[in-house]
Amino acid sequence: MDATIHHISKPHPVTGVTNSKLGTWLFLASEVMLFGSLFSAYVLIRTGSPSWPHGWTLLNVPLATLNTLILITSSVTMVMAWASLALKDLGKYRLYMGSTVLLGLGFLVVKSFEYGSKFAHHHYPATDTFYATYFTLTGLHGLHVIGGIVLNTYLLFPGSALWKKEPDQFLGRVEAAGLYWHFVDLVWIFLFPVLYLL
Amino acid sequence: MSGLTHEEVKHHVAVYIRVFAALMALTVVTVGVSYLHLPLALAIFVALVIATLKAGLVAAFFMHLSGEKRIILAALLLTVFFFIFLLIFPSLHAL
Repeated sequence: MDATIHHISKPHPVTGVTNSKLGTWLFLASEVMLFGSLFSAYVLIRTGSPSWPHGWTLLNVPLATLNTLILITSSVTMVMAWASLALKDLGKYRLYMGSTVLLGLGFLVVKSFEYGSKFAHHHYPATDTFYATYFTLTGLHGLHVIGGIVLNTYLLFPGSALWKKEPDQFLGRVEAAGLYWHFVDLVWIFLFPVLYLL
Repeated sequence: MSGLTHEEVKHHVAVYIRVFAALMALTVVTVGVSYLHLPLALAIFVALVIATLKAGLVAAFFMHLSGEKRIILAALLLTVFFFIFLLIFPSLHAL
């Protein structure tokens, strides 16, 4: 049986895109629905409760702002990593991809300070509905950040061996990883105002 | 996005830098507005408009959706429809 996946580097004649890219976008569409269901639950819970605290009275807005800036910057370094590779500059690719990984780790460090301070004040997911939604939404997002860091680290070190053998395929992988990483940034762009600023 | 010329990639990079500046500026604006403590309905409106603007910039330029093939745009249009349905439908009874 032929187990080869076709059209991973060259566009499929019918769709005009590689199967890898189409698959990545369909995966992201399912991710939109995953986070969408939680956002929907949040709206339902908040509108249905007799009172709801403003996020800024309980959460650390300056730290979350810092994390927003970190994640936006990491999206830029990610897209620059892809552009460097498209210009066939592997050295610059490594520089930008390495920065993306470090910024992702920076986001988690800041987040762990936030979580740590909540735990120190005995605020847990079970404390009340506000903290339940806060920890669920930021926790699932944090898991996505960890997943992205693992993927990007793979593409930075062992995965980059593919560049010599199949440059087009490797460029496609970096672009797909970029789509995922920008999606993680995009989710945070909504989580930040919804949880912290309103 | 393979098979781009050197100049096309250079042009992309120039756009990325401008989008980066816009995203930073919009983040400062949305945080700044939150300190005004506007009435909740207005605060939600402003925050969501700015977030949608930022998300649009990320999707259009970093995710290369501007100029992407129709099949991907069609799949996303369907996703947006179901997302809005999912967001509004469960809360309808509360309105």
